[in-house]
Amino acid sequence: MTAIGEKGVQDPSVQIHAAEETPRGYGSMKRKEDARFVRGRGQYVDDVVLPGMLHGAVLRSPLAHARITSIDTSAAEAHPKVHAVITGATLEGLGLAWMPTLSQDTQAVLATDKVRFQGQEVAFVVADDRYAARDALALIDVEYEPLEPVIDAKRALEAGTPVIRTDKEGKTDNHIFDWESGDRSATDAVFAEAEAAEDQLVVVQDMIYPRVHPAPLETCGAIADMDPVTGKLTLWTTTQAPHAHRTLYALVAGLPEHKIRIISPDIGGGFGNKVGIYPGYVCAVVASIVTGVPVKWMEDRSENLMSTSFARDYHMRGEVAVTRDGRIRGVRVHVLADHGAFNATAQPTAFPAGFFGVFTGSYDLEAAHCAVTGVYTNKASGGVAYACSFRITEAVYLIERMVDVVAHDLGMDPAELRMRNLLRPEQFPYQSKTGWEYDSGDYPHTLQVALDKAGYQELRAEQADRRRRFADAQRSGAGPAGTAGEPVKLMGIGLSFFTEAVGAGPRRSMDILGLGMADGAELRVHPTGKAVLRVSCQSQGQGHETTFAQIVAQELGLSPDDIDVVHGDTDQTPFGLGTYGSRSTPVSGAATAMVARKVRERAKIVAAAMMEVSADDLEWDDGRWQVAGDPDASRSMADIAMAAHSNLELPEGVEGHLDATCVYNPPNLTYPCGAYICVVDVDPGTGAVDVRRFVAVDDCGMRINPMIVEGQVHGGLADGVGMALMQCIAFDLDGNCLGGSMMDYLLPTSLECPSWELGETVTPSPHHPIGAKGVGESATVGSPPAVVNAVIDALAPYDVRHADMPLTPAAVWCAAQGHPLRPDLGIT
Amino acid sequence: MQITVSVNGESHVRDVEPRLLLTHFLRDELRLTGTHWGCDTSNCGACVVRLDGVPVKSCTVLAVMADGAEVTTVEGLAHGRTDADLDPVQEGFMVCHGLQCGFCTPGMMLTSRALLDRDPAPSAATIREAISGQICRCTGYENIVRSVQWAAAKEAATRDAADADTDSSEALA
Amino acid sequence: MQVPAQFEYHKATSVDDAIALLTRHGPESFVVAGGHSLLPMMKLRLAEPETLIDINGLDELATVTVESDHVRIGAMVRHSALLSSPVIAEHFPIFTDAERLIADPIVRNRGTIGGSLCQADPSEDLSAAFSAMRATAVIRGADGEREVPVREFHRGPYETAVAHEELLVAVRVPIRPASGSAYAKLERRAGDWAVASAGAMLRVDAGTVAEVGIGLSAVGAAHFVAPEAEEYLRGGPASDEAFVEAGRISAAHCSPSADQRGPVDYKRHLAGELTTRVLRRAARRSRGEEA
Repeated sequence: MTAIGEKGVQDPSVQIHAAEETPRGYGSMKRKEDARFVRGRGQYVDDVVLPGMLHGAVLRSPLAHARITSIDTSAAEAHPKVHAVITGATLEGLGLAWMPTLSQDTQAVLATDKVRFQGQEVAFVVADDRYAARDALALIDVEYEPLEPVIDAKRALEAGTPVIRTDKEGKTDNHIFDWESGDRSATDAVFAEAEAAEDQLVVVQDMIYPRVHPAPLETCGAIADMDPVTGKLTLWTTTQAPHAHRTLYALVAGLPEHKIRIISPDIGGGFGNKVGIYPGYVCAVVASIVTGVPVKWMEDRSENLMSTSFARDYHMRGEVAVTRDGRIRGVRVHVLADHGAFNATAQPTAFPAGFFGVFTGSYDLEAAHCAVTGVYTNKASGGVAYACSFRITEAVYLIERMVDVVAHDLGMDPAELRMRNLLRPEQFPYQSKTGWEYDSGDYPHTLQVALDKAGYQELRAEQADRRRRFADAQRSGAGPAGTAGEPVKLMGIGLSFFTEAVGAGPRRSMDILGLGMADGAELRVHPTGKAVLRVSCQSQGQGHETTFAQIVAQELGLSPDDIDVVHGDTDQTPFGLGTYGSRSTPVSGAATAMVARKVRERAKIVAAAMMEVSADDLEWDDGRWQVAGDPDASRSMADIAMAAHSNLELPEGVEGHLDATCVYNPPNLTYPCGAYICVVDVDPGTGAVDVRRFVAVDDCGMRINPMIVEGQVHGGLADGVGMALMQCIAFDLDGNCLGGSMMDYLLPTSLECPSWELGETVTPSPHHPIGAKGVGESATVGSPPAVVNAVIDALAPYDVRHADMPLTPAAVWCAAQGHPLRPDLGIT
Repeated sequence: MQITVSVNGESHVRDVEPRLLLTHFLRDELRLTGTHWGCDTSNCGACVVRLDGVPVKSCTVLAVMADGAEVTTVEGLAHGRTDADLDPVQEGFMVCHGLQCGFCTPGMMLTSRALLDRDPAPSAATIREAISGQICRCTGYENIVRSVQWAAAKEAATRDAADADTDSSEALA
Repeated sequence: MQVPAQFEYHKATSVDDAIALLTRHGPESFVVAGGHSLLPMMKLRLAEPETLIDINGLDELATVTVESDHVRIGAMVRHSALLSSPVIAEHFPIFTDAERLIADPIVRNRGTIGGSLCQADPSEDLSAAFSAMRATAVIRGADGEREVPVREFHRGPYETAVAHEELLVAVRVPIRPASGSAYAKLERRAGDWAVASAGAMLRVDAGTVAEVGIGLSAVGAAHFVAPEAEEYLRGGPASDEAFVEAGRISAAHCSPSADQRGPVDYKRHLAGELTTRVLRRAARRSRGEEA
């Protein structure tokens, strides 16, 4: 029963409203992009209509694993509104049946030999309109010879299991990679000691971070427009990384890169789902080449959920060596990673398990080691998507769940255990045992702010009282439903403390298919002092048009209203790797600050020429270049911009104009952190969980637009509630996807989300030009363990130590009965 | 078959297939692309429009069912082109950061407008209930609730000011 | 976006017209009311009717009226109208409880009572609620109206007593003074179909259960009812112990199947738990202790 009531506490200390006046630089202000969105004038890919445009639709496999014995397209081709039917055979002729993935594997564009997951692309129909295209799909006759599917990742490597990737020469198993991080022997030594010592113990727990899907509200799609005369391809598409896509299309399709223009217009949410290149996009390109007119293809929701990048699917075993008084010494992790039928995870080349290596979390350890094995299964490909900061979601979940399991086994308060083991401020910059250099943070302070905000001690007292009443009801024999009154609900309090690592590169160690992870910015200041910033990242709702204008405004003393931000068009913007992994502000934001500083330095020379003084005599003061000690002698950026374009004599070597470009190659990742506390009420009679409160204290360094930062956190918290309680894509043993529509793949509504209570601490990043650390994914990374820890805490009277997400009512009830559900397989 | 549908006060006559969904009628036939779609199963609410004043999911209504009806879409919320012409709900969503990617926003605003039309001072719980058939993937809903409350407060203030005007003119008379 | 296959479309101008259209267009003609069950199935191409007969214009079926000892609820009454009806809230809080939990507010603006009953989904809520109330379905054909107890209305999953050339026009629910009713549904998330749900109607006379109805949904209860538990309660004390036992009996006699909403033992447990809870609430309401 979903209770409809006031939840959470509306927090007057949090400034949510935009300021009445536009601030000159940082501060909450209304978003510049909203004027079009609230009028319904955003332009998303499906809103674009090109003259003569045709519509494509994809025929998909109903089976998870089968050999294709024949495809008959004749009836579809005979449909009066159909222009073309493309199959794997068509593409084979063009050398396009397979495409490279972002993880150096290959993926079928349209199946040729066999299908490898339910929903895989088999044929592409091009017709006059979307209705006719769909009608024609039913006219294609495909004969399949079913093969045994590989569904349970735990059995993928067993002898005798069918081999999925028979297309790879010499492949005799379903193994993809083994990867490890940390010092194995040092870690084993710590564990051996802990096992032997009386005053220490080793805590072990298996857990699954199940397969979930980012499910942005706008599905993926593209309009390919190949101009038959100029040979130029314009591709309107849902991409978070337009420049990387351009290069990849050049590599995939063999098109010259200067003849490719990617336009990513307004994007209806991405969350990682729109990083990769999907077969439908490639089919649209081929279809436009074949037909000579633009071709639009938009997924429906089932196609989105069943075939595009999923996230997680990590089967983990965590081990912690700890002293009995609560000093965590070492962490050891084994992971079985289910990558689906093609290894198409989107992550830096040298990191096959993403940044899972930060599994040591926020704690000061003596040793740590993890080993990850990737396997193929007959499921959709992906793995890295969904606001995960390259698998830090999995890492944070692992360590934060393990800390609670340790607290359970030691009988310690989980807040106290965390406080005892958190890194101390004087340890920064901190070199982790798996090779990461954490830039800054004051973790105990951040945790304390969250504990105070939540009223932690009072919550624990209330919980103790509730548990007494529950025990009384149990003793009276009334059962969990209590006596004639309302059932006694169990209360749970869950904590998590996360450390994120975002803003990839540096490019010397991080690249995607050889493209170094850096981003460009270009700034033009027009003669009247209005500016246009061009950036390589791509907003999917993050508000870049506002935030980046504010960065320029802050650096140049202009109003954000006078700065336009251009993004999402490769012909209009400098090269860069795009928006994912919370990297826009850490990388493109830095590029923006740096390019503005270049402009400011040019302006200084021009200002000096204007005032006939030496540039050395000028100082930057409140948006103006001023002669030191003479406030009356100064020039604003607008004055200087006009002069820079005028006939003013400029010093030798100064070309005129103020425009500048910059490429920012980050020296290190940035490390946002946060302390989250979730309070839940669990109905033991039904297993239903109600999230009563959620306190989130984030430290993302400098906040440019606090309103936008808080919005980012809100969204991530809702994601965390969703993943912890309901979102999951399971498969039955025949390989049927059990989360293939929004009726089955549940996303949280306004009724499952409480009124979020936010707080902040600020430790700027020492190596970022403006001290910002990025925040887009913090809450998605940090919140799931807080919710799960709260539910497990609520179930203490049943002595539950662990249960896997999603904690649906059934999962909660079954865990309390001592027979937990396995979330990745169908319930039988 | 031929249908006549009034959309945002303007009458449109079109010859359509019976199977054409109202969403596609608005988007493809009338080029009013502010109405979005996000699922096929009437779960997400990105396609919400008002049909004779009532919020409905337009992906689950046939265009022929709207024959003779009045439809309001997001394009019909504002009275003109300037910020001053915006509906208070639109203003509220801007001031309170009630949107991020903007995809669910039109549907959310139409439902909110319909709610305020029948309940000018809804509680947070009432607002949450009203929008519970619509998915937002970005905001975690909190700022949508605040946006609607902001609009309600603005409209209450406008009403109070109008009442005060009436009172004072009555006093003068 | 998924789209339906082609079909012919007719707007019925009256109940008789609808019946005539059904007769003329034969077995591949479907009635569409709110469309929130049928259209999604058509988009998935699980349903491909040749003809759709739209009864949305039949305002005469969209009323809730008190007729002496019962309330007549028209088949075209929208869920939102049932939820906000003061008559319903006064006499049958079970429907108000249920309607708060059926789909979502926007779907409820469009979906209809008749559509829900005729869809006959095994997890549908109103079937259990009307069964608990021992209501009567009013079905019209070319030869006039006939009445079928709701408990005999469902012939199996997606099958009802309404013949192809007939239309469900209303449901009649008896008004029982000094009775109480309640509905509870456990869902994974707001707007989801039930994991399990239960409805109860109780009339208590001097501490003894004089009349009782228990409806169950989503747990494989034949005709959406729990007759064994009703039998156990009838004539006995309206005590908490009896309600707990009735829950146990309900659980024992239903036959849920496992799916992603839960395994069989859990759903069986829920059938019992929810039965007990709605009986308690119905009893409190019958005593006027709760609205």
